Amino acid sequence: MIKVTDLHKSFGEVKAVRGISFEARDGEITGLLGPNGAGKTTTLRMLYSLLPPDDGEIRIDGLDPKNDAMAIKRTLGVVPDSRGLYTRMTARENIAYYGKLHGMKNKDIEFRIRELAQTLDMQDFIERRTEGFSQGQRVKVAIARAMIHRPQTVLLDEPSNGLDVMSTRALRHYILSLKEAGHSVILSTHIMQEVAALCDRIVIIAKGRIAADGSADELMRKSGCDSLEDAFVNLIGSEEGLMG
Amino acid sequence: MNGFLTVYKKEIRENLRDRRSLFNSVLLGPILFPILFIGLGYFAASKQQEKVEQVLEVPVVGAEHAPNLINFLEQQGVIIKAAPVDPEADVKQQVESVVIRIPEKFPQQWNAGEPAVVEVIADPSRRGSEIPIQKVKLLLRGYGGQIGQLRLQLRGISPSIQSPIMVRDVDLSTPQSRGMLIMIMLPYVLMITAFTGGMHLAVDSTAGEKERKSLEPLLINPVPRWQIMLGKMGATATFAFASLALTLVSFRFAFPLLPTGALGVDLHMSMTALAGILLIVTPVVVLAAAMLTTLAALAKSLREAQSYMGLVFMIPMIPSLIFMVNPMTPETWMMTIPMFSQSLLIAEFVRGETVSLLWVALSAGSTLILGVMFAAVAANLFNRPRLVFSS
Repeated sequence: MIKVTDLHKSFGEVKAVRGISFEARDGEITGLLGPNGAGKTTTLRMLYSLLPPDDGEIRIDGLDPKNDAMAIKRTLGVVPDSRGLYTRMTARENIAYYGKLHGMKNKDIEFRIRELAQTLDMQDFIERRTEGFSQGQRVKVAIARAMIHRPQTVLLDEPSNGLDVMSTRALRHYILSLKEAGHSVILSTHIMQEVAALCDRIVIIAKGRIAADGSADELMRKSGCDSLEDAFVNLIGSEEGLMG
Repeated sequence: MNGFLTVYKKEIRENLRDRRSLFNSVLLGPILFPILFIGLGYFAASKQQEKVEQVLEVPVVGAEHAPNLINFLEQQGVIIKAAPVDPEADVKQQVESVVIRIPEKFPQQWNAGEPAVVEVIADPSRRGSEIPIQKVKLLLRGYGGQIGQLRLQLRGISPSIQSPIMVRDVDLSTPQSRGMLIMIMLPYVLMITAFTGGMHLAVDSTAGEKERKSLEPLLINPVPRWQIMLGKMGATATFAFASLALTLVSFRFAFPLLPTGALGVDLHMSMTALAGILLIVTPVVVLAAAMLTTLAALAKSLREAQSYMGLVFMIPMIPSLIFMVNPMTPETWMMTIPMFSQSLLIAEFVRGETVSLLWVALSAGSTLILGVMFAAVAANLFNRPRLVFSS
């Protein structure tokens, strides 16, 4: 459960985020939808305490990152925009490293990796060094290492970037299973179909502000359009950055 | 400290699998430097030998003015060559390293019993010409001395009246202390190794990690950043230390191969001496790791970090160069200067002197303090958002 109130962040002259508020509930997938450069990644980075907000409040399961950054990091599973792997280590070693950083026991790590390898269909390459992995394989490793410690809240930044159709399908399937297991999932994306297929609630961000907020039906009703894409264009007031 | 240990172990394991990293710490210092040493040693020794044994060939201008002198030189094994047209130009262009000129006035001065002038034309700033110049001058002085003695005897005076003082050398240097080349080079090589041994790891695990986009996800884990920094710095120091130990051991086996007889050096190091040197240099390893980590965290990109590393070679060079240009007697205050103190202490150790414990403690203490200061700077750099976002 995440609650964000009036978040602000500037980098020098550039105001990346100027007044974002939304809520992401457990057992729901919340989509942050917006053109490239709208402020989605900056918002997520503030959620996982990589950047301190200039102003505004964040509560994750009631915890404030200003006081409990470490506690929050323990409840979060994050697949950030940058998802580099260690190419001289196997997929298993990459995932286990994160488990150890979370202070997990070796046995538990082993158990979790077996579980995740099955869910994410990684058995074929789990013992291989990640050098030369395909995009799809890399995203799977990045997801597995983010989920190793069974986080309650999951943040995914453009997870389907660069994936082929099959990998995207598998990824969507996995995200839906997280929702069913009662996790709170936040997904940032600029891809309309992804939002339509997955999200219970959609937060449309444009130029650092919330343009609209609600379920797909609500957004269509609000804008008077009969497709989500038209609603989106209508709500952010331009077609800029919608490709993909 | 679970985070620190996890990061430390992972960096060590990952870099043991990295060929470039291994090349830098295992090959460069421990294998290359001793080979370079032995090679240079042989080269220098054989050059020296060659120069000493070489038959001296000297062109003489105006040989006809002093036939007796020429006879003397020829008896001493000098080959007298024909006079060049322009001796000064020949010396300048390094065609000849030394030319003797006997002026026309020579017979006149000689017969009058005045000091007769003989010119030795040479450029002593040319390194190769030192030995021929010295030989020529020695021979000329010898001839002059002989004639002088004869003249005194002819007048019924004992030649010993000419030497009111007789200098006798009492040589206190030990065979070790004569190994000047090694005493100057060894501290330098060891300082460099303390830096190069962990250099690749420091760059790769910080700037490299940023470049490969694995730094941001790493920092999302619930581990304080200073622990992550310390893990990387620790791995850097470990590689540098291993490199240093290997270098010392390989020097231990390389020294007996050096042409000691030719250099007048008999240098043999016991394992205890090696352990002592390693102990003295270890604080430098910590300092180097902290400096390298700071530089790598400061860099915006891998390229920038690598260009900083060029500077790194300069840092240990400075104290060693000062010592090289101006070999000074160690004093207590000098022990508070990191890297310079170690250079002095290593030299003392190699000379076979007993090294005061106070000096070792001062040297280690001051170096470690500076190292901790750099580590604090690095920890601060790790806390900046800019560490992740370069652009």
